[in-house]
Amino acid sequence: MTDKSTYWEQEKECMAREDLEQLQLERLQSTLFRVATHVPFYRKKFKEMNIDPDGFTSLNDVSKLPFTSKDDLRNNYPYGLFAVPLREVVRVHSSSGTTGQATVVGYTKNDIKNWSNLSARVLTAAGVDQDDVVQISFGYGLFTGGFGLHYGAERVGASVIPISSGNTKRQLTIMQDFKTTALVCTPSYALLLADTMAEQGININALPLKYGLFGGEPWSEGMRKEIQEKLHIVATDNYGLSEIMGPGVAGECQECNGLHINEDHFLAEVIDPETLEPVAPGETGELVITTLTKEAFPVIRYRTRDLTRLMPEPCPCGRTFQRMHRVFGRTDDMLIIKGVNVFPSQIEEVLFDIEGTEPHYQIIVEREGRLDKTTVMVEVMESIFFDQMKKQRQLIDQIKKRLATELGISVDVKLVEEKSLERFEGKAKRVIDKRSL
Amino acid sequence: MLKIKNIETAYGNLKVLRRISMHVDPGEIVTIIGANGAGKTTLLHTICGLLKPRAGEMVLQGNDLCRLSPEKIVKLGCSLVPEGRQVFATMNVRENLILGAYVRYKKDKKKALAELDKIFALFPVLKERENQLAGTLSGGEQQMLAMGRSLMAKPALIMMDEPSTGLAPLIVKNIFEIIVKLKESGNTVLLVEQNAKAALAIADRGYVLETGKIIVQGPAEDLLANNDVQRAYLGREAV
Repeated sequence: MTDKSTYWEQEKECMAREDLEQLQLERLQSTLFRVATHVPFYRKKFKEMNIDPDGFTSLNDVSKLPFTSKDDLRNNYPYGLFAVPLREVVRVHSSSGTTGQATVVGYTKNDIKNWSNLSARVLTAAGVDQDDVVQISFGYGLFTGGFGLHYGAERVGASVIPISSGNTKRQLTIMQDFKTTALVCTPSYALLLADTMAEQGININALPLKYGLFGGEPWSEGMRKEIQEKLHIVATDNYGLSEIMGPGVAGECQECNGLHINEDHFLAEVIDPETLEPVAPGETGELVITTLTKEAFPVIRYRTRDLTRLMPEPCPCGRTFQRMHRVFGRTDDMLIIKGVNVFPSQIEEVLFDIEGTEPHYQIIVEREGRLDKTTVMVEVMESIFFDQMKKQRQLIDQIKKRLATELGISVDVKLVEEKSLERFEGKAKRVIDKRSL
Repeated sequence: MLKIKNIETAYGNLKVLRRISMHVDPGEIVTIIGANGAGKTTLLHTICGLLKPRAGEMVLQGNDLCRLSPEKIVKLGCSLVPEGRQVFATMNVRENLILGAYVRYKKDKKKALAELDKIFALFPVLKERENQLAGTLSGGEQQMLAMGRSLMAKPALIMMDEPSTGLAPLIVKNIFEIIVKLKESGNTVLLVEQNAKAALAIADRGYVLETGKIIVQGPAEDLLANNDVQRAYLGREAV
């Protein structure tokens, strides 16, 4: 390997635990002060729970604070949880999904600066430096994936290709012509690119590709191995969510064994999703994050719904920030399809709205080749089956169209006869996820 | 270097500092800004032992400061340049400086005196006025004398309380340049200032104190850009 600096901000990334805890406490105290002063939602919650935001003297006290959930974000749509007036907000992002399910987050100038910096840490840890050409194949736009790593890569001084997602053929042309050295996308898209290369007879050894930074959906060690072998790169995992900041919350170093959480900006806890109590150190549970430096959109104990465990043991890379294990899965029924967050309830709402359908459906997610394929099986009234094919096709088109608008991804729709889908006692099993990672 | 956790200080029933947490790393200039009565001076006096905190922890290079007398704290390497200079008016410049080395003068007179030359190099005007009574110096010169006097103790941490008070803008600029020089030569400075803009311009990090609480903290450039800070302390209304 060439001689390149391993850290972006060594004095932070390798700081002594004791110093880190002091910094976290200071930042938590001023964050609590700010949310109690500027965000009515938290002021009310603190009052209800009889919490004195000034009474926090130890990081352990964080477990007394209220949680923030995705629903809280929805209920305060669009700007209710902002801690600064809108004129100080320089950027707004929104999570995937449209009406009802969308959540909005904002950034001040300082937030954008910090975000770039934290993404720069993740990129540096993954091996990227100013000599790299970074192809960002994450979607741009309201989704935070593209922009977060884009600014980080610019901060590092790399040459950034903001190609965004889609158009595989063009991705490959650009990868070859522009001499891409680092690829940023979802892991499944990386595999699709690899397969397409093989089909087109592109010689991977002739490409200068060295690093891949993958995130946006859960993946496995098996997939990592496959990507590394097929693309001849070091593949690292990175983690972020728009409610917290976007990519840059945590990222893997060259050890490829857990993601270092940027703990000077985020306080991470792992709780039992049932009892809501902290799990024993190192145990698996739901990741809960409190932002420590966010100005526009601070969140207290945000329940990420992502299952992971903390890895407090030191990492050979020298970073002192705790690692989190790659995300094991979700604590809710959210599906990540082609990198887009989809809740079965969204599909249900659409079906309810459409005449002729029964409230019985099943969602089947498969991986066809490298891409996710979603089929919604829906029961329809018998009268439709008596009628001619044309009417059925019309109905299918209508459902497809509505789902595409609602979810932002296209799905297949199959109509089935009444009572042909399996019935469940108690909790229905609406989703069949056949994807193996 | 200095770590403070949840410090509370009160005058009688009047709580002046409420749960202050902050730290200073070696080689940094850290500034505490805030309006009149926010508790800035109280905080410095608590650190140097003139006031005893009711609660909390203060650690200077591994030493617990909470129970130590001011003399001991000076010996540990924490030295205060008080607000309003407080030079000994009826003593000359040289005597004032030597008093600053009081804690180590007896043990090592030679070294303490050798320090004088360094001070004179940093503040040439003090050399010119070496035998003049301190009370006859101008405000800016007195401030330099007060800084020189505290440096004579070879402190690990220099704390300055409002060094710009009552000085002409040109002199303030000069004083702040000297503070930067102190940092460049490896000193650590905790600077309390009402002149937030000037302080943030030279500091690495800052804390904003308001009615005894730290309401915002962070890198100095972030604070300069922070609209709350701008409105309250930099006298600029965001457009």
